[in-house]
Amino acid sequence: MDTSLFLNQVFNGASLASLYLLASLGLALSFGIMRVINMAHGEMLMLGGYLAYMTLLVVPGALGIVLALPVAFVGAAAMGGLIQSTVIRRLASRPLDTLLATWGVSLILQQGARDLFGAIGVEVRAPDWLAGSFAIGGLTVPSARLFIIGMAVLVLAALALLLLKSKVGLLTRAVNQDRMMASATGIDVKRVDFLVFCLGAGIAGIAGVMLALLGPVTPNVGQSYIVPAFLVVVMGGLGSIVGTTAAAVILGMFSALAQMFVDVSVAQMLLLVFVILFIQIRPQGVVTVKSRQLDA
Amino acid sequence: MFRTRLGVLAVSAVAFTLASCSGSDGASGDDVAVGVLHSLTGTMAISEITVRNAEMLAIEEINAAGGVLGKPIRAVVEDGASDPSTFAQKASKLIESDSVVTVFGGWTSASRKAMLPVFERTNNLLWYPVQFEGNECSANIMYSGAQPNQQALPALVWAIDQGYRNFFLVGSDYVYPRTANLILKKHIDAIGVKVAGESYVPLGGTDFSGVIAKIQQAKPDFIINTLNGDSNVAFFKQMQAAGLSPTTLPVMSFSIGEQEAQAMGTSLVEGSYAAWNYFQSLPGDANAAFIAAYKAKFGADAAITDPMVHAYLNVYAWKAAVEAADSFDPTEVRKAAVALGAFATPMGSVSFAPNQSLVQRAYIGKLKPDGQFEIISDSGKDIEPEPYDALAFPGKTCTL
Repeated sequence: MDTSLFLNQVFNGASLASLYLLASLGLALSFGIMRVINMAHGEMLMLGGYLAYMTLLVVPGALGIVLALPVAFVGAAAMGGLIQSTVIRRLASRPLDTLLATWGVSLILQQGARDLFGAIGVEVRAPDWLAGSFAIGGLTVPSARLFIIGMAVLVLAALALLLLKSKVGLLTRAVNQDRMMASATGIDVKRVDFLVFCLGAGIAGIAGVMLALLGPVTPNVGQSYIVPAFLVVVMGGLGSIVGTTAAAVILGMFSALAQMFVDVSVAQMLLLVFVILFIQIRPQGVVTVKSRQLDA
Repeated sequence: MFRTRLGVLAVSAVAFTLASCSGSDGASGDDVAVGVLHSLTGTMAISEITVRNAEMLAIEEINAAGGVLGKPIRAVVEDGASDPSTFAQKASKLIESDSVVTVFGGWTSASRKAMLPVFERTNNLLWYPVQFEGNECSANIMYSGAQPNQQALPALVWAIDQGYRNFFLVGSDYVYPRTANLILKKHIDAIGVKVAGESYVPLGGTDFSGVIAKIQQAKPDFIINTLNGDSNVAFFKQMQAAGLSPTTLPVMSFSIGEQEAQAMGTSLVEGSYAAWNYFQSLPGDANAAFIAAYKAKFGADAAITDPMVHAYLNVYAWKAAVEAADSFDPTEVRKAAVALGAFATPMGSVSFAPNQSLVQRAYIGKLKPDGQFEIISDSGKDIEPEPYDALAFPGKTCTL
């Protein structure tokens, strides 16, 4: 086996895993808390991409992309908040209806983007410090992909800090473990739902900025990442952040290493087969969420 | 059960009556209906919307000049949504509900293959404006875009003449890139140069990390790119990020025209090559007049591409064939079209061969920073279309 190809693919796998992770963290968070599957999650990625595009129109150059990150985070979080308070909260007790309603929201957002920005994708030009690459031995490292890996690590670290060290994190974990008991102790469960959903959407917005560095931003850009994101969440063990991270790494690496031997389309098929087999052997996912809830 | 059968009978009887009332001739009213069927949404919209525009421009010009056989043309526009089954469904709707006499449409071979059975079943006629992989020959399609021997093979021959010896083939994973590359590989082998590798991504795919790693490992001296739609942006962007811009490693693309190059930002693709039968930079009064008319209608910064010109000339060829046949009947029209002889177009004088493909020249262009191609090679003569490549599909011929 060729070592440099292998090394390059390991690096590509890490960058793919980072994208999968950023795309799926929000899904995992909202599922963990609300047991809600948000079909419009891909459109939060799209929104992040378009916000990056607009930020760079106002502030071009190196500063623009740095500024695009908070803009995309806040913008997508606000959209997430809107969806949560107008649609999801009102359908909280009917999971299947939420599925359909959020899918409808997803179609509306796609068409909205099409009407606003046109069916043709827009292009976000990476600043010079992100456009190049450097070589380490046989390994070629494009800066944009390194930036994506760094951003994923940063987001994950911030999220861990938030969940483990802050008051909001404590409340979130409490609601995640036992919703009714948390509610009984006086925690405002609905407020936690809202905050967590906004946070998840905001992370997806950041993922959208990352996607914009690699390809065009189109109205259906979210669609190509939403399926892998669902796979990651399912494989990770529904609602577990550690599991989601592990699954993102496994699937990213699997996909990249499979591409050494087969074409991208075959690699995608193998990825699905791999997840199906994995779920057969370990239905609870990579990480089991221990819960005292009896009716889980 | 009896009742259900009766119901089905009744419904079919009504449907039959309706169908006979509307008739197969969409020209029965004061105007003549034609279908315009392209992807206005989805991954192919980047390319197909402008092709639709070119067809609408031709229809408008013809109407302003008095229509066809004294009737104005009424265009029924449908969206194929970058989805082959939608194309088939809309084609059938256009022919059977809107009673169009012909359809101008399609871009991807997947969409054409999906529409083909509809046109054969209804014996209607599709005018297809895009270069494609050949290996198909239907009496119900007029293929004005390049056959492989009018685009892909001249491009390969040119690259070998320039001294390139080691080719890497990148494409979207569907029938055009797969077949075009099959033909290219046969010729690369026959000429005695090398295929460094071959890689495909799904249509609309944006992750090229694996493909680029394979290119870095295979170290080709030339890339032949048959990617379609938005994937091109991702490919060139990630190639540039990996230090492989088109000026470092030359790329010949078969689906990037002026419009695609400008939409993705010329700094990404500058210096890359394209093979077409038309470039906006071609000299000639007919071309200048077409460009001016298009820009007047669709904006001064609009780019003009090869498929747009093929789409535009298709409408005029249809008009000429209808007038020659003195009929809107698709069978009469296609027979008249191949007997038209040479006619003037923005890309110069062309004609339809008996196999319903276009006899035309091939050009190689190099993309300049302003988004226009500098024509650096010219086939110098009209090339007869060959739907079946002799090396890839021996023994097959196209007789209609």
